[in-house]
Amino acid sequence: MTSIADTGERDLSPPTARQIFTGFLGIGLVGFGGVLPLARRMLVEDKRWLNPQEFSDLLGLCQFLPGGNVINISVAVGMKFRGWRGALAGILGLTAVPTAFVILLGVLYDRYSGDPHVQHVFAGLAAAAAGLLIGMAWKMLKPLLGKPQALLVVGLLFAAVAIFRLPLILVMLVLAPFSVLLSWRSPR
Amino acid sequence: MMATLIALALIFTELSLMAFGGGYAVLPEIQRRVVEVQQWVTPAEFSALFALAQAAPGPNMMIVPLIGWHVAGLPGLLVSSLAKFLPSSLITCLAVSVWERFRDRPWRAAVQAGLLPVTTGLVASSAVVITLASVTGVWLAVLTGVTAAISILTRAHPVAVLALGAVVGLAVSFV
Repeated sequence: MTSIADTGERDLSPPTARQIFTGFLGIGLVGFGGVLPLARRMLVEDKRWLNPQEFSDLLGLCQFLPGGNVINISVAVGMKFRGWRGALAGILGLTAVPTAFVILLGVLYDRYSGDPHVQHVFAGLAAAAAGLLIGMAWKMLKPLLGKPQALLVVGLLFAAVAIFRLPLILVMLVLAPFSVLLSWRSPR
Repeated sequence: MMATLIALALIFTELSLMAFGGGYAVLPEIQRRVVEVQQWVTPAEFSALFALAQAAPGPNMMIVPLIGWHVAGLPGLLVSSLAKFLPSSLITCLAVSVWERFRDRPWRAAVQAGLLPVTTGLVASSAVVITLASVTGVWLAVLTGVTAAISILTRAHPVAVLALGAVVGLAVSFV
């Protein structure tokens, strides 16, 4: 499978906007939790619209830009093959079903949020969601533990945003350039 | 209503352009704007909406349409979604067109390395903000601790962890 993909061989014709829409629709439909591994499998292994190197390059670009990584990938893939119509098809395919799903859950929450059992279920759900976020923060922090400069930035940002609740735009305007300057000047 | 929609549009456009490192990075700012500044929802409601969005399939930022819908119905959903996803997507479209030119520039690596601790600090802030809003009792504190440990120590699927939270909540409601 990968050997075929590694040679860069793929379907001769680029995907149509409709195919881009349905491709990302499939990801949005089943992508509970992490969507990124599913996106890679669809793009590189199943449909072979991108070879592994192209996918890595595109992901690097999307991580570098503002916005969600997978959302940016859906836009970038659509743009690459079919221009702005393809980009629109990609992002709509990815977000249509999850939006409908989340609204359904929201309706249920509004209707039954007065019920004590339901309140407990949502309290438990929210506590578990918090636990997942703590886990994710730890996984991101771990590779930075040996790097004092990076930890300084993490600490300053945490203090500004979580403790002092300063507006994010101010914090980003000051700390993002500061952090980039630190990484520019430090030998890697 | 119009004022609410304009406020939604402005807030999420600004957040769209600042969301370096993905959706979780701007979660504390969404909470600050929606709960503290606008007071559209309570901290507990915000946590519940976040949990709902996490329980749904799809990308991370499904809390954005959900908040828009909660605050101003279907127009709110459309306005908040467009404001959150359109500006960053336009930038992506532009960037795809000029990407090749910057591929090997050393400043790109420096920017990426520099943004990493920024994103990490933002995600850590998200974790604290959501935890403070969610944990209002001993059993919830234990549940958050256990689910955090599970997600750090095992490769359990996030949906399974959320399901555990819901089941424990249901069980507690009968105690």
